[in-house]
Amino acid sequence: MTTLTAVQSVRARRSRRRAAVLASLAVLVVVLATFALTIGAAPLPPGRALLALFGVGDAGDLFIVQRLRLPRLVTALLAGAAFGLAGALFQSTLRNPLASPDILGIASGASVGAVTVLLVLGMTGMAVSVGAFLGAGTIALLIWFFAWRQGLHSIRFVLVGVGFAYLASSVLAWMLASADQRDAASALVWTVGSVADVRGAELAVLCGGLAVLALAAAVVSRWQHPLALGDDHARGLGVATDSARVVTLLVAVALVALATATVGPLAFVALVAPAIARRLTDDGGAALSVSVGTGATLVLAADIVAQHGLLGVAAPTGIVTGLVGAPYLLWLLATHERRSRA
Amino acid sequence: MIDTPHALDTPRSATGAGDLTAHGVAIGYDGRPVIDGLDLTLPQGRITAIVGPNACGKSTLLRGLARLHPLTAGRVTLGDRDVTGMPRKELARLVGVLPQSSVAPDGVRVAELVGRGRYPHQGWFGRHTSDDDVVVQRSLEATGVADLADRPVAELSGGQRQRVWIAMVLAQETDVVLLDEPTTFLDVTHQVELLDLLHDLNRERGTTVVMVLHELNLAARYADHLVVMSAGRVVAQGAPADVLDEATVLSAFGLDARVVPDPVAGSPMIVPVGRHHRPDGTPAPDGSAEPSP
Repeated sequence: MTTLTAVQSVRARRSRRRAAVLASLAVLVVVLATFALTIGAAPLPPGRALLALFGVGDAGDLFIVQRLRLPRLVTALLAGAAFGLAGALFQSTLRNPLASPDILGIASGASVGAVTVLLVLGMTGMAVSVGAFLGAGTIALLIWFFAWRQGLHSIRFVLVGVGFAYLASSVLAWMLASADQRDAASALVWTVGSVADVRGAELAVLCGGLAVLALAAAVVSRWQHPLALGDDHARGLGVATDSARVVTLLVAVALVALATATVGPLAFVALVAPAIARRLTDDGGAALSVSVGTGATLVLAADIVAQHGLLGVAAPTGIVTGLVGAPYLLWLLATHERRSRA
Repeated sequence: MIDTPHALDTPRSATGAGDLTAHGVAIGYDGRPVIDGLDLTLPQGRITAIVGPNACGKSTLLRGLARLHPLTAGRVTLGDRDVTGMPRKELARLVGVLPQSSVAPDGVRVAELVGRGRYPHQGWFGRHTSDDDVVVQRSLEATGVADLADRPVAELSGGQRQRVWIAMVLAQETDVVLLDEPTTFLDVTHQVELLDLLHDLNRERGTTVVMVLHELNLAARYADHLVVMSAGRVVAQGAPADVLDEATVLSAFGLDARVVPDPVAGSPMIVPVGRHHRPDGTPAPDGSAEPSP
């Protein structure tokens, strides 16, 4: 019976650890969110900000909190969650910690789509988001087309994706360079991403789409454990590996396209949030739910820094996520190297 | 299929799924056939070893039987069931497979990895139940790794790790277990230990064991049924004592060897001759069949 106890305790410790990680992230989000609601051009004490959030207070407070700060806060959380989840799905399905939509060119594809709509078609608003969505989808399809050889091979998918990432950034640079100076400046935000100025309809689309895709992710997540053991083991356990990968990546691409269409490509979030999440859980799993939490936390924190010029200048969110993400990636690679050599 | 915690208690031979049979099977890579029109029956409840020289198609055959690699023609049956068209998850409840190389995800612990073998028995959201815990416990005990349950797999030795992978396959609770060169990365002590373990599983549970092996002498000792392959075909099969003679070794492996009784088990033992150690007075082989001793 002692073996059974050991088996049960391994499982129980895992659940406890995951619950603890999720709870800590939730606390962090609440603290950051409260902070985000209180600071700004018109600072509010936390008490008043929270009351205004629930509809109590004078009209000015309500306007500042509910109309100005809350949409931005919610956008940051939802976009971060979407990028985190998408990155986790990509990385675990392709069994490559670097296989994130930024590196695979899917995010750059979204930028190209958005900038095309802005500069070439001269349209703004929802059309730009649709362009971003189509751009991300097109690059994903192209990667697919070139990577598929009697099955989906992870390393091939990643290499083809890296190729398209360079292609897309070249096209983007060319479009910005050949555009009118003022138009180019307004298009620039679509190349780094920002959670500012997302309102009403767009936010509703993000919210609804994310709910549907999160449910889809929960369904496809059952393949993650077998797939993590490699194709042969996964097939031996009864998973049709090719279709499992295709369906999972479809969900992931849809998540990236949805989030990028709303806020633009936020650099490194999809790469780093799952990496942090896997560190925190350390169970060899895909850490999907924890990646949702780390992604949301990361983007919210980055946006507080970006919005309030804590770096000395108010910048689009995507610049700060890159600043936070890049050093973390370097640290991750450095320590991983050390660990695998040991 | 209903799985109960008691399923492991009873030997399966009486209720087993039947013989695993290949009917006119063809398998190839990139359109180049490795195996073409192969018929073979692997007996239920026995240990079968498939041997043959490198690139003879033995691993390819095993991968085809386990549906790790698609067949280009023919079909595979288990008893009267058609394996080829069966849903994969259903197959995974009948046939377990240990592929040639296995890499555990970072940070995963022994009990967790073995628990992954429960996948084919779990529903849409993959909830792990207390019945699953019991099966994991028994699989750990059967493979002698119970005391490692909470250790990270990455910290184990090669021999321990291979036992853990076998425990994972056992947790699938299948009547048939296919293993692709399970002893390859092990030293001789752990090879023997592992084959003893497979022997125990076969005798105690009636599990049909089919393994591809490189080591001829161990194959001859542990197998009830020996299949010798060469260039994509079965050149001989049957009880090791009937199959493994000097002529077969020469024709299948191109190896001049003496076959003598294993002093421990009495099974045929291959002693290679080689270029530098030709026994005095023995004529050089010309490829024609020689009488076995």
